[in-house]
Amino acid sequence: MRLRISGGRVIDPAQGVDKVQDVYVAEGKIAALGKAPDGFTADREIVVRHQVVCPGLIDLCARLREPGQPHKATIASETAAAASAGITTLCCPPDTDPVIDTPAVVELIHHRAAQAGTARILPLGALTKGLAGNEIAEMMALTETGCVAISNAGRPVTNTLVMRRAMEYAATHDLLLILRAQDYWLSHGGCAHEGKVSTRLGLPGIPESAETAGLARDLLLIEQTGVRAHFGQLSTARAVQMIGRAQHDGLPVSADVSAHQLHLTEMDLGHFDSACHVSPPLRTLRDRDGLRKGLADGVIAVVCSDHQPHDPDAKLLPFTETEPGISALESLLPLTLRLVDEGVLSLTEALARLTSQPARILGIEAGSLAIGKPADICIYDPDRYWALSAATLISHGHNTPFLGWEFKGRVTHTLLGGRLVYVTDSQ
Amino acid sequence: MRQGNIQVDPQGRLRHFLTIEGLTPSILTEILDTAESFAATSEQAVKKLPLLRGKTIVNLFFEPSTRTRTTFELAAKRLSADVLNINVSASSTTKGESLLDTLRNLEAMYCDMFVVRHAESGAAHFIAQHVAPHVSVINAGDGSHAHPTQAILDMFTVRRHKGDFGKLCVAIVGDILHSRVARSQIHALTTLGVPEVRVIAPHTLLPAQIETLGVHVYHDLREGLRDVDVIMMLRLQRERMQGALLPSEREYFHLYGLTEEKLAYARPDVIIMHPGPINRGVEMDSAVADGPRSVILQQVSHGIAVRMAIMTLAMRVRPLAAEAGEAMTARKTK
Repeated sequence: MRLRISGGRVIDPAQGVDKVQDVYVAEGKIAALGKAPDGFTADREIVVRHQVVCPGLIDLCARLREPGQPHKATIASETAAAASAGITTLCCPPDTDPVIDTPAVVELIHHRAAQAGTARILPLGALTKGLAGNEIAEMMALTETGCVAISNAGRPVTNTLVMRRAMEYAATHDLLLILRAQDYWLSHGGCAHEGKVSTRLGLPGIPESAETAGLARDLLLIEQTGVRAHFGQLSTARAVQMIGRAQHDGLPVSADVSAHQLHLTEMDLGHFDSACHVSPPLRTLRDRDGLRKGLADGVIAVVCSDHQPHDPDAKLLPFTETEPGISALESLLPLTLRLVDEGVLSLTEALARLTSQPARILGIEAGSLAIGKPADICIYDPDRYWALSAATLISHGHNTPFLGWEFKGRVTHTLLGGRLVYVTDSQ
Repeated sequence: MRQGNIQVDPQGRLRHFLTIEGLTPSILTEILDTAESFAATSEQAVKKLPLLRGKTIVNLFFEPSTRTRTTFELAAKRLSADVLNINVSASSTTKGESLLDTLRNLEAMYCDMFVVRHAESGAAHFIAQHVAPHVSVINAGDGSHAHPTQAILDMFTVRRHKGDFGKLCVAIVGDILHSRVARSQIHALTTLGVPEVRVIAPHTLLPAQIETLGVHVYHDLREGLRDVDVIMMLRLQRERMQGALLPSEREYFHLYGLTEEKLAYARPDVIIMHPGPINRGVEMDSAVADGPRSVILQQVSHGIAVRMAIMTLAMRVRPLAAEAGEAMTARKTK
């Protein structure tokens, strides 16, 4: 299939491209930008005037609930939701059931992803067996089967010696670790940021130090072991400062932030709104601004969804008993684009944090429209207003505090390896 | 989507009673005034009133509390309501029934009011958000969040002894961190215009940024008690000793236990309150608990009248009667 995408504003942060031009796709790869290659005849043309054509988005953290919790979501349902949101590559953390700590689970996920065929899934292998934090997992076997990085998901490795050994082993084989900074003892039992809102509502708090103390330990071990590490879902301004300092000192560390942390604060808990129960918790306005500044400065390289679809019952309980997480694939791009309207990032910078930067961190062939790269493409209408509603969510999880929010910028087409995997109904 | 204050109806009248926070001084005063009339009734030979005849009130207790449940039961019975006591932790949830299933079943039995006690903060709000429109919810204590009826009975007791809230200095002493009573007391005192509310505890028993609730923080009991009019002691759960929050009961009593000697720092006419039950020799000396300035047993008596007031107001019994009376007066005038 040869394809011509004509008339769109092509933005490819990886190449520094921002220009109205045509895109040519042949055999699943980008064949040319601007001028058609010699002898190119398109089998199909997509005319997208006044729309943005950019690389397909890469989400560094998305729970697909399969294997283990098909009542919440499946790989098929969530990759369909991803395609509708312009996301073509998803990293799924290893806290599935069973845990991604054997090659068999990796193969199962790849098999289901291939069956669904609407997005690439890159599993993250377990750092410790069963994520229990006691013994290091077979990291090399997992990466050889297709895991792009190693992680203990949201489960803390409380034993510092085990963490040190895991880092040393990963460093030996130049594996990337994706870590969540948290001190188990300081965060254990909490469900909201420890501050004036948790005090008012009588909710058990998670202090800022739960993140910074955990981060400090891990940074010291990274310094000692030299392992490449990426910290996911930062939530505090202080942690951003610490990552910035570590980068300044030459440590091989990067970081991401969930899109919802850039827009919501502890105040959004209102009267126990369980849709805002997330982990790490929504922090203060100062933290939100610190995260935004870190993103603008480049200390935080990536915005991820931290997608966690839930069944309705998971949120229909008293706040402390609800499960944390937001169904977030479909709000990732619009929440990031909102940062452009609010003057936090330029459009190119915003798209870089969803495309070229996650690709760079993972070291994968994606996130760019360079010739020869896979034709994973997101096309969106930057002027179209739309509202997120339960009726139109494709994800099986409807647990989002953004229902009813009006967004600007709507995905109209998504291509995966040159194949159209999503076209909006109104096209 | 954010929800507004679900405790009041569009006319500003009480619909649920979940927390003191967000209620107006006039609503609190209305409750106190109504309770005053019920307190007089309680002192009469025949204590029963027909105000809630035909109504069914369910005491839905997800954690055990004999004292609180008994006062709610007695209040409901004095209003002639039918009362159902359900200890949920020992029945349905152990069979895998969800909280919402329990609610739906009780609603199907045409209950009119749920009095809810739950170990998790926000449980009463959750239930109020999901009950049928005709059902009112009263929070009888949820986690560390709120115990608003206890706070109102405390205010009732304070008003009976001190009259004007506008000139008082009140100290709350003890485990503020875990105390739903303290949070509700703080909201009630500040809403009613008490100019100085103090909390006295070590850092380990104070929640983060407690001063944002409008209180002054003290760590020294003697200093904190200086010239106060009211002392509200809190119960200290014994398990706090195991969580590295306190070194020992002995040291706690030494530093924060109320004794005659420490009491001397307060005003001579100070009153001493406690939500009960008291750990004697931990929170206070028996001499203080049983002394002339203690109003602890009065608090228990006032609890019935206050809960009767809240039940009738939430069920719109008195406002509706008042409206009928006003309408009748208007017709006669014409």
